Amino acid sequence: MQFMLLFSRQGKLRLQKWYVPLSDKEKKKITRELVQTVLARKPKMCSFLEWRDLKIVYKRYASLYFCCAIEDQDNELITLEIIHRYVELLDKYFGSVCELDIIFNFEKAYFILDEFLLGGEAQETSKKNVLKAIEQADLLQEVRHLIKITVDKVF
Amino acid sequence: MALKIVKGSIDRMFDKNLQDLVRGIRNHKEDEAKYISTCIDEIKQELKQDNIAVKANAVCKLTYLQMLGYDVSWAAFNIVEVMSSSKFTYKRIGYLAASQCFHESTDVIMLTTNQIRKDLSSPNQYDTGVALTGLSCFVTPDLARDLANDIMTLMSHTKPYIRKKAVLIMYKVFLKYPESLRPAFPRLKEKLEDPDPGVQSAAVNVICELARRNPKNYLSLAPLFFKLMTSSTNNWVLIKIIKLFGALTPLEPRLGKKLIEPLTNLIHSTSAMSLLYECVNTVIAGQYWFSVGSKELCVQKLRILIEDSDQNLKYLGLLAMSKILKTHPKSVQSHKDLILQCLDDKDESIRLRALDLLYGMVSKKNLMEIVKKLMLHVDKAEGTTYRDELLTKIIDICSQSNYQYITNFEWYISILVELTRLEGTRHGHLIASQMLDVAIRVKAIRVFAVAQMATLLDNAHLLTGNMQRNGICEVLYAAAWICGEFSEHLENPMQTLEAMLRPKVATLPGHIQAVYVQNAAKLFATILKSQEGNTDSTAAQDTSQLMIDRLPLFVQSANLEVQERASCILQLVKYIQKLQQKDVEVAEEVNALFAGELNPVAPKAQKKVPVPEGLDLDAWINEPPSESESEDEQPKAIFAKEEPKHSRPRHTEVDEKELARRREARKQEQANNPFYIKASPSSQKVYQDAPGVEHIPVVQIDLSVPLKVPGLPMSDQYVKLEEERRQKERAEKKKKEKKKRKEKRSGRGKKHDSGPESEEDITPAHQVDIVTEEMPEVKENHSSKFSNIFFLHLLFWVCDDKKSSKHKKKKQKKEKEEKEKKKKKKHHHHHHHSDGGGEESVQNGTVEEEEPLPVSLSHRLINPQVVYDIQGNLQDGSQVVVSVIFENKCDSFLKSMEFNVLDSLNSKLQRPEGSGPHDGLTVPFQLPPGVSNEARFVFTVQSIVMPQKLKGTLTFIVKVDSSTHEKLDFKLHFTCTSYLITTPCYSDAFAKLLESGDLKGSSVRLEGVNMPFHHLLARICFHHHFSIVERIDSCASMYSRSIQGHHVCLLVKTSGQTVSIDAKCDEPTLLGNVLDEIKQTFSQC
Repeated sequence: MQFMLLFSRQGKLRLQKWYVPLSDKEKKKITRELVQTVLARKPKMCSFLEWRDLKIVYKRYASLYFCCAIEDQDNELITLEIIHRYVELLDKYFGSVCELDIIFNFEKAYFILDEFLLGGEAQETSKKNVLKAIEQADLLQEVRHLIKITVDKVF
Repeated sequence: MALKIVKGSIDRMFDKNLQDLVRGIRNHKEDEAKYISTCIDEIKQELKQDNIAVKANAVCKLTYLQMLGYDVSWAAFNIVEVMSSSKFTYKRIGYLAASQCFHESTDVIMLTTNQIRKDLSSPNQYDTGVALTGLSCFVTPDLARDLANDIMTLMSHTKPYIRKKAVLIMYKVFLKYPESLRPAFPRLKEKLEDPDPGVQSAAVNVICELARRNPKNYLSLAPLFFKLMTSSTNNWVLIKIIKLFGALTPLEPRLGKKLIEPLTNLIHSTSAMSLLYECVNTVIAGQYWFSVGSKELCVQKLRILIEDSDQNLKYLGLLAMSKILKTHPKSVQSHKDLILQCLDDKDESIRLRALDLLYGMVSKKNLMEIVKKLMLHVDKAEGTTYRDELLTKIIDICSQSNYQYITNFEWYISILVELTRLEGTRHGHLIASQMLDVAIRVKAIRVFAVAQMATLLDNAHLLTGNMQRNGICEVLYAAAWICGEFSEHLENPMQTLEAMLRPKVATLPGHIQAVYVQNAAKLFATILKSQEGNTDSTAAQDTSQLMIDRLPLFVQSANLEVQERASCILQLVKYIQKLQQKDVEVAEEVNALFAGELNPVAPKAQKKVPVPEGLDLDAWINEPPSESESEDEQPKAIFAKEEPKHSRPRHTEVDEKELARRREARKQEQANNPFYIKASPSSQKVYQDAPGVEHIPVVQIDLSVPLKVPGLPMSDQYVKLEEERRQKERAEKKKKEKKKRKEKRSGRGKKHDSGPESEEDITPAHQVDIVTEEMPEVKENHSSKFSNIFFLHLLFWVCDDKKSSKHKKKKQKKEKEEKEKKKKKKHHHHHHHSDGGGEESVQNGTVEEEEPLPVSLSHRLINPQVVYDIQGNLQDGSQVVVSVIFENKCDSFLKSMEFNVLDSLNSKLQRPEGSGPHDGLTVPFQLPPGVSNEARFVFTVQSIVMPQKLKGTLTFIVKVDSSTHEKLDFKLHFTCTSYLITTPCYSDAFAKLLESGDLKGSSVRLEGVNMPFHHLLARICFHHHFSIVERIDSCASMYSRSIQGHHVCLLVKTSGQTVSIDAKCDEPTLLGNVLDEIKQTFSQC
């Protein structure tokens, strides 16, 4: 996978993950172009389109579009599966996720994505394992927070 | 109390966290940019604090702003600070920010190496985890090289969580630093059998991706993967393995046989569509290695996909079907019904896929049926883009491979005529060119075509009314031409002539009017011929009068072409009228004007023209500059054999580029030259030359009545007719066969099966002049014009507008740098893939502006408007030819260029005899905007031991509205390097040379050179025209020779980041300068 973009129906970017090195300018250009193309498609159309020399796989969940770019030989259906899996993960983590969850906790959304995909490849196919890793890492963060707070209180 | 104040200030520092920022942005929808700029100011303040928590918070906010499109590269160092925090909470944020904001050119990445290494070896697996995740996003070749070992160790970490990540990231490392692949591979292979399924799947992933890039190295793993494939139940892993086998099968066809069973099993059994699709795709892609039966199975499965209600499956099914079509059209053709159904789908992308498929599915038998169906779709299609797509597809389908599938051209002409009724299409010219093509090439159709076109002309008002804007009027161009050229077939030429001279015609675009006028003349000639035979001479005179009455309208046309033709013809007709009044017969003479039949010319016609006697196309016209001239001068004792192989192909490559560039320049010049005869009017270009008709405001007439031109044929009737014709043919054939059978029966009682008619049985109703043979291959004998010429590429752009010139320059420079970076990358790859790439000596050919090697240093900016690029080679000891490429980057025409250089004692510009020592040389061409051209200037150089800079000026005239004189100063830098020429040398000759004791030594040390040794060597070879004599580990000997025959020998050694170069040369000054230049090359990188 080359990159993944999440954007709203209004075309606002909510999340971006690039697995190929590109300059900021190119990224912006690609994002703008793709958001426009995908939003212009009618709701009944299929989830795939050919774009430059890449294949775009996208799916809309509520007000959010999840959009991935894959190479010519990659499998479209498994990419749809990846998108779906990621949505499920977000759903489990946030508890029926909505766009606002991702806006306000965008770093968490990234952490989940990073546990699920690495360098554009699926690294963990078990949902349980991904969530476990995230929870434990969060715990680590929380524990340290607690320690910090107690330290603050002592002072 | 004091504590409270401190706490308060801490709170204030925290007063805007990420949530607050997001909320703030949402609340400031009106003035978002302003709000964010105040936020960025706050963030800058926060980053100045020592408190890491505040910093992390600021970095987190920046990461969000980065996503919104704001530049946060200025905070790169702060991100590194947060990354190096010992607390996981902040580290996590730091790495996230880095992975989002850093890219290969972020320079602070260099500072992170040790921090990342520390994190990788952290006892906390989550520290290691975030480091690995971050690294996967911003790994650079340097990081990959420095950390490859650490990551490799992690592949055997006790925790599968880390192992899995380490394995996956290795793929990124391999891409950036291919050398790491060899040592890491055994361990990677081991991971295929890791007890943890996650690690195993990661290893499969990585190897699959590697194998897709270079399959042959992974063939040995096939048995292992085969085992995995039959045992694994994880669909993710299975898909990857199948993909891997897809890449391996072409290399080992026996695999196909072995795979087919498990693949068919999977196809039958799996419920996962993604896996099924992968299997089917692999079988299709490997058609040659899998049996026919498996393909039938695939087609069946694809049918199920296409029939599915899920749009996605339908789309993919069609996509895969089109891949089968290429090799097995028959098996797809049987599903024609299904694919035609897809044309009704509500999803446009599916309809377009189906159209693509139809293109490959037509045959003589089903063409009419398919096109009929498509025509129905054209009628009901919504949206012009889709309708236009349909139109082009119909024409593509019909005209493919020289109208191979068309059996009845009357049908095709009527299809084309029906298509002209399409509203709002852009493709008028396409229809027109088809009409012309068919009418010219299919002689038998001309009578019919002419009749149709006459009707079209007669009803032109119906077309032009609302179609002028959208280019359908282009068909009138074809119609007028066909009616004129084949006017002898016209039923009622007088009526057509009337139609062509209607005042309304003057509203058509100019190029069409021109054709109207010209063809009216042809028509006039035909009419005269038929009328003169009659006893009544008034009819002929009436015709002339009609011409004389109507033509003045065109004489007044604003279009030059129309005006010119009309006034010519008007005068001609007036003269004819005079003769007619004297009762002179003129028809014959007038007809002679347009005599001669127009025949289609085959593409290979040129081949049939015999070569005149005594002309040898392969012989040189001038003596070719001899390739080995320079080498011949070399002392034979030192330089044994030459291998001209290296330079040969490069000449041709450069020559082609050079030729292309000149061709482009010539075309431009011709385009600007009003006296140059342009392409024939029937070529498509003319259409594009039409003055922007689109801009003429035309009131759209809303016609509720469908536009059906009376008298035009309906293509449908041809379908019926065709059926009848075929039936008749069949019947006749049967009769014949019966006869034959009867005859045969008397002899032998053999049965004849008159089964369903096959493709070949359908005889076309009309014959096309088809030339199927390929164009003869053009063999070009590339002269090695550029060999042995000191070549200097001077690229500059001139602009009359100072501001924009600066801007342009910057942009251009940037682009150039980017290009170079790309080149460099390529170079890296090249070397890494070929084992021990360092041994390759980089041959410095003659002209190398497109050389795929790093050239970043040879571009120097001397004058704000001049960039030039030196590469050199020799001609003889004292003369050098400088090739300068002039490129016009501004929007105005440049002319009267004069090139002048201030001579020095040592170097002089050679001027033609009779001119003074300070006169400039005229550049023998002009430059239209955007064009580049090359001129060459000869310099005489006496001593080559010192580098030189020559000042020069270029004067030229910029033509905008008024002409202005402009001057451009530049400097030509003749480096000592440019006097060196790459000369290969054998090690024994090299040793002899060193032993001879004639050479004087000198040495230089380069510190902090941070590049692989073979890159370093390649750089010296490329920039300084050396060749490698021998390389042993980190030590290499190199050789080069100056144009005056000085030997230059180098011994390059490297240890760590220090490179020492010991050099010997018979000219110490030259050597000193060359070494200085080498040093400079490396100080700039």
